[in-house]
Amino acid sequence: MMATYAAGLRDETYELAAPEAPEIDHEALDALTARRFRFALKLTGVMLVLYFGFILLIAFNRDLLATKLVDGLTLGMALGVGVILSTWVLTWVYVRWANRVYEPAVAELGGVR
Amino acid sequence: MTIANFVPGEPNSLAILFFVLFVGLALAITWRAARRTRTTEHFYAAGHNITGFQNGLALAGDYMSAASFLGIAGLVALKGFDGLIYSIGFLVGWPIVLFLIAEPLRNLGRYTFADVVAFRMRQRPVRIAAAIGTLSVVIFYLIAQMVGAGTLINLIFGLPYEVSVVIVGAVMLTFLLFGGMIATTWVQIVKAVLLLGGATAMALLVLSHFSLNPLTLFDSASDKNGAGVLSPGSLVSNHWDAMSLGLALMFGTAGLPHILMRFYTVPDRQAARKSVSWATIFIGFFYLLTFILGFGAMTLVGQGPISAIDKGGNAAALLLAENVAGTPFFGFIAAVAFATILAVVAGLTLSGAAALSHDLWVNVVRHGEAPEREQLRVARAATFAMGALAIMLGIALKGQNIAFMVGLAFAIAASANFPALLMSIYWRGYTTAGAVTSIVTGAVSALVLIYISPTIQVDVLGHATAPFGLKNPALISMPLAFVSGIVVSLLWPERSAQERFVEVERKTHLGDAVPHPAKPALVTESS
Repeated sequence: MMATYAAGLRDETYELAAPEAPEIDHEALDALTARRFRFALKLTGVMLVLYFGFILLIAFNRDLLATKLVDGLTLGMALGVGVILSTWVLTWVYVRWANRVYEPAVAELGGVR
Repeated sequence: MTIANFVPGEPNSLAILFFVLFVGLALAITWRAARRTRTTEHFYAAGHNITGFQNGLALAGDYMSAASFLGIAGLVALKGFDGLIYSIGFLVGWPIVLFLIAEPLRNLGRYTFADVVAFRMRQRPVRIAAAIGTLSVVIFYLIAQMVGAGTLINLIFGLPYEVSVVIVGAVMLTFLLFGGMIATTWVQIVKAVLLLGGATAMALLVLSHFSLNPLTLFDSASDKNGAGVLSPGSLVSNHWDAMSLGLALMFGTAGLPHILMRFYTVPDRQAARKSVSWATIFIGFFYLLTFILGFGAMTLVGQGPISAIDKGGNAAALLLAENVAGTPFFGFIAAVAFATILAVVAGLTLSGAAALSHDLWVNVVRHGEAPEREQLRVARAATFAMGALAIMLGIALKGQNIAFMVGLAFAIAASANFPALLMSIYWRGYTTAGAVTSIVTGAVSALVLIYISPTIQVDVLGHATAPFGLKNPALISMPLAFVSGIVVSLLWPERSAQERFVEVERKTHLGDAVPHPAKPALVTESS
């Protein structure tokens, strides 16, 4: 039986399950919910700080952002592109966490190994 | 450079040819999809058979509206750096959708986001409130798209405004009524591929004039138009305004009904995660491209010719297409712009129809007990009604100043829909009364505040001042929705909603799977 945790939660794996669901461990469930929410909040916080940091810099220190780094590139443009790229980095961080931490935790909770 | 062949308001045969090809392709897809659309599961959720990658493209297709393609490229062409601020704002909402909403939403709901909010609550009050939240977002967003469509098609193809609006509405309704979400999804995928491909090709053609180095392009733009185009201008003059708009854009995406609905088209939580990741990559890439396109138009076409055709800069991308690759490419890009509008309008109409039929008819009027055939019939009737409404509003509001409506739609989504969705997924103590309060407070405060803001009072009604200072209401209305929902939930706790929170948790993590911790056979086999 090669039930991987990533795909293992789909119906086919559970055909083997007992017809009546046994009581699930409520404390483990609460702990996992809290853990997921905390991680999601942390990443949301990082995104907020990056984006609003950028906006507030534009509002309060326009001259700094007009600083020319090289010909054709100001600090403001570099930071703007940086914010766009940061959404990709944060997405990567989340997906990695989901695959390495969250999915195994869900598998353990659901009793699938 | 050369004399532009593009004359606004004149029919362009190549653009029309490309457009007819696209509609033909969309109808062929619809014809195939129609044979499979026999249940509401297919009509609303494409049978949950779309893959994560496909849904990522479709999400990008849903989100990259004509406003972001033509509008932002035009804004960058005319204002330089300031145009970038908008595109970043539209992008940063996507990671929020990924972190907080997408996966629980997929597991907890079926067709609408109200399914999730109402999961452990009393159905009828929550469904009615959520339908109000959905419909107000959808209608403002639809008006912006329809009026934009009429103006744009008038500009590109030379068709009268009213005819343009009717054509968009009729084509959209044809594939929605027959093909439902399956056809909508494929139209969005085709459109996303065409748009990303077309924009990439155009960006490469632009860069070929600048030895493939974006910095050379930006440098030449600043030589020609002054160094100011590479640094912040006057767009962010008031930091409160900027933060309020930023808040609306960042959290509004996570409350847009037509975006949320897309997560039900995939089979599971993991595919929902993949969808948002791909969508973020595609949309981010696209916004990086609009930067090159905007500065390219500024340098190669020039700001004068762009604003001569349209003061908002909407013609920039089209003029640039003609400049770098001639009339055939212009025709292609014009048809892509049209396809863009069509796909976005279809997604919006379907989500509005789902609120009318699934939330209001099936779950409020019929207490969730309607037979499948009736549900499908009502779904189609509601789709027709939403489409007809979109056409009528588009015609009625011709020539009106509707620039604020997208910002307003995002503000309502961030204030009415997002707080209720977030708290219903993560807070045990949330109640029916709390959910209704936060949705109604968010929607009403956003609407009232924008009415007394300079956006309506000064820009639309022409008064000298406005009683409320902020141009976008989200900075006030979103916290208000959170606070009111929390206070009401704490004052009047709801025991059944608290007790059923464990079902929310279980379903969030495990989906429909039945857990079986003690199944020794499975454990020994795999270990």
